Amino acid sequence: MSDGLLHGVVYSVLIVSVVLTATAMALWFERKFAARMQTRLGPTIVGPIGLLQPVADLLKLLQKEDIVPDNADAAIFNLVPPLAALAALGAAAVVPFSPSVVASDLDVGVLYVLAIGAVTVLPIFGAGWSSNNKLALLGGMRAVAQSISYEVPLLLSAMVPVILSGSLRLGTIVQMQADHHWFVVWPFFIGLPAFGIFMLAMLAEANRIPFDIPEAESELVAGVTTEYTGMKFALFYMAEYVHTIVASAVGAALFLGGWDGPFFPGLHWMVLKTLLLFTAVYWVRWSLLRFRSDQLMGLCWKWLVPMGVLLVGAAATWVVVFP
Amino acid sequence: MTALQTVQITRRVDPHLSIDRYDPEGELMLLHFGPQHPSTHGVFRMDLYLDGEKVVKVIPHVGYLHRAVEKLCETLAYVQITPIVDKNDYVAPMTNEQALNMAFEAALKLEVPRRARWMRTLFAELQRIASHLLWLGTFALDLGGALGGGSTVFIHCFRERELVLDLFEEVTGARFHYNTHTIGGNRHDLPAGWSAKVHAALDVIGPRLDEYEAMTLENRIFLDRTVGVGKLDAELALELGITGPILRACGVDHDLRRDAPFHAYDEVKVNVVTAQGGDCLARAQVRLGEMRESVRLVRQMVDGVPEGSINSGKPVKLPVQTKIPPGQVYVAIETPRGELGTYLVSDGTQFPYRLKIRPPSLHALSALPYIVPGGTVSDAVAILGSLDPIMGEVDR
Repeated sequence: MSDGLLHGVVYSVLIVSVVLTATAMALWFERKFAARMQTRLGPTIVGPIGLLQPVADLLKLLQKEDIVPDNADAAIFNLVPPLAALAALGAAAVVPFSPSVVASDLDVGVLYVLAIGAVTVLPIFGAGWSSNNKLALLGGMRAVAQSISYEVPLLLSAMVPVILSGSLRLGTIVQMQADHHWFVVWPFFIGLPAFGIFMLAMLAEANRIPFDIPEAESELVAGVTTEYTGMKFALFYMAEYVHTIVASAVGAALFLGGWDGPFFPGLHWMVLKTLLLFTAVYWVRWSLLRFRSDQLMGLCWKWLVPMGVLLVGAAATWVVVFP
Repeated sequence: MTALQTVQITRRVDPHLSIDRYDPEGELMLLHFGPQHPSTHGVFRMDLYLDGEKVVKVIPHVGYLHRAVEKLCETLAYVQITPIVDKNDYVAPMTNEQALNMAFEAALKLEVPRRARWMRTLFAELQRIASHLLWLGTFALDLGGALGGGSTVFIHCFRERELVLDLFEEVTGARFHYNTHTIGGNRHDLPAGWSAKVHAALDVIGPRLDEYEAMTLENRIFLDRTVGVGKLDAELALELGITGPILRACGVDHDLRRDAPFHAYDEVKVNVVTAQGGDCLARAQVRLGEMRESVRLVRQMVDGVPEGSINSGKPVKLPVQTKIPPGQVYVAIETPRGELGTYLVSDGTQFPYRLKIRPPSLHALSALPYIVPGGTVSDAVAILGSLDPIMGEVDR
């Protein structure tokens, strides 16, 4: 077995387990965080300060009856939940947690992340289509429109650090920021808005409030996941959290200098920055109301896309003028 | 009251009829929205005909919570009816009792002591605050989801509502279904030191109303979701018999508390809150304004509750045997949702011959086929929430 393969296998297992554990802890953290925002306590019973709540949730979901609706397209219906989880986890492969801790520092890391991100819409659409449920179908329809639209500003804003650093490799992008400045700090008039667009588009890709219209539970009951039970539902649920965590990590790497920071090892900084972005996402989630789907499209095509194009132009000019 | 008398009933095209012209091939998607749906405020069903996301036609279906309350009342003695109607408008139970017992008192020509009338006014206004707080919470839930910002508003609103329920508990022993009104007055007197507690609660609620206004009326997403959504014009509202905040949001200055004073409303000045536009935002503005007005009214009245008896002590020694002379009477009061009427026909026995309750929510729901088509599914949820229907009183 070659060294490269061994490295890949070991780090894949390591990172998948770390990300999954982080997802469980993120679930607990979000519950506590949301509860404090809402003058509640959150989980307190299972384990010390409710730390084992995610385990209890998982055990509960494992015990649930696995229902496939009679008229559902069973093959697709059963295929898409693991696909959703895989697509979300896949992006974690190239995230550089420190100069050495990375499963695979691909030459085209950014492209890979965006491509994997685009795949996540397939399972959601598949779920909506195969459930044979009108609410799920509406949710799937919204998801496709939303994800494909927000793909564009996501791509444009991710291009900005690529142009500024001249590389598609995430490791190089972070190293470049460690050597000079984080892209949100300098040139801030390009990096900061690009970071904002990236975070917004990322929220939309991960179906988070205020962009969670595909599952809008006050309108579509549970959207695409309406017919899913037990572990299949849990996989979708997990995919969302993994997606949010990975996207926060990618955002930290692209704009916030990744592992770069004083005093502590790089891994600590990366985790801290990811956690900060993740918290911001949930802060937004538990504060804001939900957009309507047409307003969502308006925001994307009327504001984010033109701004993204401008920023890409500005970044290109910046690189030419101050090489 | 002038606006009401000038209404001309016009023939409108029933929005249900235009469906065949719109959809000759029958390609629209029929979405059964409810009765088991998180945003139908109980068990309500709308058949939505969808063209993509756009709603083309709406057929509301009521009756999933029908409990035959009116028929049940015909088998009960008059004093036994109060706890039954408590469950009609289960968000504002006080007002149910008041409307009912006022009808009995009117039929018996009973004079209610002044102290009882002031207490009823206080209860009604406190109930209005609690009811509108619950509406604001559920409306935000409709707009923002149970797993998001909507639930944050929801739980914060419930926190303040608790304070009001605590006040009621202090007086009646019950937090929700009070059974404190009876024929000729009230059952429970105000405990000592109650007014200080009311002031303390209002000291908390008053400033928090500012926060809720900032969280909703100054929130860009809230405005995007409500401005111009579910526009109802005043003429249609009057034609459909819509009353209360929804009518006032259409710019019609009509409020029974001022126009046909009951309780002790003739002794205080009620500032009627109105808004223009008739959309979801206007309804939110009216309800938020009414909460402030209620806070002001309660503050003004709570220290001035006159001394005296809380019950007229009539009609007989054994209340269950109360008999109402033959005849009929209709009494309406302004509840948080509009005009709640009680129509009583008596044949002289100790049971009502017929007891008809006119719920404001039922009339509000009748506007749905007119104002929902043209919007999206999301708008349908927002509109339904803004009408503040309580299925308990719609279906009875």
